[in-house]
Parts: sequence; structure tokens; C-alpha cells
Amino acid sequence: METMLFYFFAFVAVATALLVITRRNPIHSALWLVLCFFSLAAVYVLLSAHFIAIIQIMVYVGAIMVLVLFVIMLLNLSEKELGDAKPTVLKFCGVILSGIFMVLLADGVKVLAPQAAVSVDEKFGTAEMLGRLLFTDYLLPFEIASLLLLTAMIGAVVLAKKRR
Amino acid sequence: MLNEYLPILILFIINIAFAVGIIIFSHFLGPRKSSAEKLSPYESGVPPVGDTRIRFSVKFYLIAMLFIVFDIEVVFMYPWAVIFKKLGLFGFVEMFVFIGILLIGYVYVWKKGALKWE
Repeated sequence: METMLFYFFAFVAVATALLVITRRNPIHSALWLVLCFFSLAAVYVLLSAHFIAIIQIMVYVGAIMVLVLFVIMLLNLSEKELGDAKPTVLKFCGVILSGIFMVLLADGVKVLAPQAAVSVDEKFGTAEMLGRLLFTDYLLPFEIASLLLLTAMIGAVVLAKKRR
Repeated sequence: MLNEYLPILILFIINIAFAVGIIIFSHFLGPRKSSAEKLSPYESGVPPVGDTRIRFSVKFYLIAMLFIVFDIEVVFMYPWAVIFKKLGLFGFVEMFVFIGILLIGYVYVWKKGALKWE
């Protein structure tokens, strides 16, 4: 059952990801990306990363995707500005680079593969367990995360605020 | 643990089945008679003026961006709140530092007038 669910959601994730990059209308792409994130959340659940799964839906699907749609509407590209679907040198380079990236990624996964399945604690991946880890082993990264958020905040103001 | 997700899965399946069913039924059962009025964006409403492709102000982006930053801040507070009693004073101080750093950003944003709608 679990394997079946995994294959189902993995298939949906890959299929919707392909739809994201093949749609002409950027708004359609963004909406397919929502579904892609949803199925990724389901995969997280199957990996018993419960907290991450719900955050994936709340933050990525709920907030980040709204921001992505905002940016699309902000740019508001017309059919003409989007350019035609003809292959260019730039696109060719993009294909080659992403091909190399995929090979590297596959290599990384191969290293991970032979490990035996580890049985995890009942509470693994819950908010409680995550909190306990966050405040013991990962205390410094936790505090640094606030600095990262601070940078994002200042960056947004500097970029988008009109100077007087 | 995974069994606890069964109701959510069932809810999803029912939702998808309902949404797809509605579309299919309305496709086959609904009469299709279109006229110029019916196809206008606002039937018996205000006649549309100009193009739909107007640029959104960047102000929307700024507000959304700041929202996401504070959204993620609250995400960090959730696991903290769950084990708050176990952490005691230590957890309180650590979260104080976390929020304190973000408070600097908040003051900066406020002083810059980014929260004002000009």
C-alpha cells in the first residue's frame, strides 16, 4: 500500500513538474506547480516527515505560490513578450546544463541508495521531535535562520521600496 | 502513524471525485447557448474598459514578501510552542533572541515606511 501510494504521488509530482515547464501560459504553470507541491507533501508524509509535509502545504502552496503568481502578474508578459517557441542557442545551453545537473544528481542518489532501510521512532518528524532537535543539536542554525529572514526582509524593502 | 492520514486521503479522493464529477456533469447536462451578452465578462454589469493586462504595483509584492518572512517566523514558533514547557527558561530566552533579531528587521521596515501604502 505504501509503495503504491509512493509511486502514485511520485508520478503525479513528475507529471505536474513536466506540465509546469511545458505550458505556454505562466499562470497555468504556476497552478500546476501547486499540484506538484501537494504531491511532494504527500511524499514527505510517506517519508514520515510529518511536520515538513504540513509546512510544505502551508508555506509553499499557501504563501510562496501566491508570491510566484504575484510576480507573474507584476511582470504581466504578453504573448508577444514571451517570445516564440523557436529553439535558440540559450535554450540549447539550458538543456545541456540541466542534463549535466541531472547526471550529477543521479550520481548523488546512487551513493545514497544501498543503505538499508532504517526504522524510525514513532514520533519521528513530528513537531515535538523537530522542536527537541531544533533546541539541542541545531540551536545555532535555528538562530542563524532568523538572520536569514532578516536579510530577506531588508532585501525586499531595498528592492521594492521607492527611494525618497 | 500513517493510518492517521487515512481520513485526509479519503477527503482528497472525495474532493477530486466531486470536482471532476461536477465538470463532467455540467459538460454533458448543461445547455450551451451563447450570445454576445452572455459571453461578456460581467453580464448586466459594468461594461469593461481597456485591457486586462495592466501592471500590478510592486507595492503588492513588498507586502507579500514581508508576509512570507513573518509566516516562516511563525513556522519556527510552532515546534517551540509544542515543547515549551519542557524547555523552560532556556527555550524562552532562545526564542527571545530569535524574535529579537527579527524585531530589528521589523523596526527597519517600519522606519523605512514600507508598511505605508503610498
